[in-house]
Amino acid sequence: MTTALSIKQLSKAYNNGFQALKGIDLQVEEGDFFALLGPNGAGKSTTIGIICSLIRKSAGKVRVFDYDIDSHFSQAKKQIGIVPQEFNFPNFEKVFDILVNQAGYYGLPKKLAVQRTEKYLKALGLWDRRFDAPRSLSGGMKRRLMIARALVHEPRLLILDEPSAGVDIEMRRSMWVFLKELNEQGTTIILTTHYLEEAESLCRNIAIINHGEIVEHGSMKNLLSQLHKEVVILDTKAPLASAPELTGFTAILVDDHTLEVDIEKGQTVNALFTELTAAGIEINSMRNKANRLEELFVNLVNSGAA
Amino acid sequence: MSFQEQLIAFLTIVRKEVKRFMRIWTQTLVPPVITITLYFIIFGTLIGERIGPMAGVDYMEFVVPGLIMMSVITSSYTNVVSSFFGAKFQRFIEEMLVSPTPNYIILLGFVMGGVTRGLGVGFIVTLVALYFTDLQIHNYPITISIVVVTSVFFSMAGFINAVFANTFDDISIIPTFLLTPLIYLGGVFYSTALLPEFWAAVSKANPILYIVNAFRYGVLGISDINVNSAFIMIAVFTIVAWFYSLWLLNSGKSLRQ
Repeated sequence: MTTALSIKQLSKAYNNGFQALKGIDLQVEEGDFFALLGPNGAGKSTTIGIICSLIRKSAGKVRVFDYDIDSHFSQAKKQIGIVPQEFNFPNFEKVFDILVNQAGYYGLPKKLAVQRTEKYLKALGLWDRRFDAPRSLSGGMKRRLMIARALVHEPRLLILDEPSAGVDIEMRRSMWVFLKELNEQGTTIILTTHYLEEAESLCRNIAIINHGEIVEHGSMKNLLSQLHKEVVILDTKAPLASAPELTGFTAILVDDHTLEVDIEKGQTVNALFTELTAAGIEINSMRNKANRLEELFVNLVNSGAA
Repeated sequence: MSFQEQLIAFLTIVRKEVKRFMRIWTQTLVPPVITITLYFIIFGTLIGERIGPMAGVDYMEFVVPGLIMMSVITSSYTNVVSSFFGAKFQRFIEEMLVSPTPNYIILLGFVMGGVTRGLGVGFIVTLVALYFTDLQIHNYPITISIVVVTSVFFSMAGFINAVFANTFDDISIIPTFLLTPLIYLGGVFYSTALLPEFWAAVSKANPILYIVNAFRYGVLGISDINVNSAFIMIAVFTIVAWFYSLWLLNSGKSLRQ
């Protein structure tokens, strides 16, 4: 399998002395949908900035589809499409022109640039706004315009830095569908996000970065299996006076209709319901207290901080 | 990038730049023409008639080359400084920086944008000048080459200013406090032969004096200074400015962290 992105011993020290990256290694395979997670200031955007050459690295190697970003910068850049965190449009240009120009910077002939512009503006629901300036678009539309702009040269690797920031739920979900389809068509996608539900539902592999170091790197499935316990919230049919005694489980009464129960690794939901049934408690609904990835993330980040 | 791809990228930047200043033509093309027209009316016609001949020619004829060059210099400089700083300030310069477009193509594209506006304004001002006086070009090659090289140089000067600028104030400091005085003291309105010996010598430290006189030589065939030395000076300045601008881009100064 081809490696889409290979990072070796990547370091970055800013002029003020802040060490943003401390020799990280990262590998993303072609066709992957990869999440790069971490708290604010962990080094995510620095990593992305270095990959797309907006930030200069202090040391290390970055290869994109086997092209070194230093020695083969032109070929490497052609492989990458970047959706930055902040809007960075020429505010007085038309949406259509922004895409055609972006294609031009990648050397695409005008005719092809216009075709691609139409293709991606339509795909992202912006065709009707093609003659408008970006400043007249909503936050969600601007975000989609940045994705269209990043795709106009049809990169093999799409990097999205916080693509869901400021986007409403409906638009976020439609963006997820679009990105999933794009990934299924063969585009490798790397995203950073604060919406861990987004990462869990979209991504197959994940790296967690904290204080400039990779603290976890592997498949989503394996990482989630590291969770030692999950906390579930149960809505009871009848009111409860106190938390029931459940063998093997710790239950807390949140209010007279709500129980919070810890399910340790190795225990099953079936076992919990057997205990609840034995205690004569009927359950209307059940949900996780927190997203599973969120629990893992908080554990890892907190253990790193300690 | 292949040569063909680089050419496409270059033309894309130039097209974008030309569209930018054409979109705001009331700010970019009209004001210099109005200003220069006022100069023609006031200095050329009203005051000029009382001044009489300068360096052997009618005063109106004498000031026309300097005023044309003044519009070319300010338009070329202003175009690049405002466009590049705007792109940096709003961060859409990143559109180019993340692309495979080489830095020298980015620089060439912005410079060509500045040259297009500079020569465009210069052409309009020349048309206005023809209303006030008859212009008989003395030497076409010198006239055209000096105006083009000057426009290229001041476009790059605007680029350098934009790289170092952190605020919108920073892009007006150089034009206001350096460029304008140098233009006004650069022999646009007078011959240095009128100056006392000391100030005439001091004037020779002003590069715009050479540019204006070389252009005046091309148009009228008269000059206070040696035209060859003017060409050598502006050529050296342009080459130095090119390599310095490219070095700034390659170093990522205020563009890449």
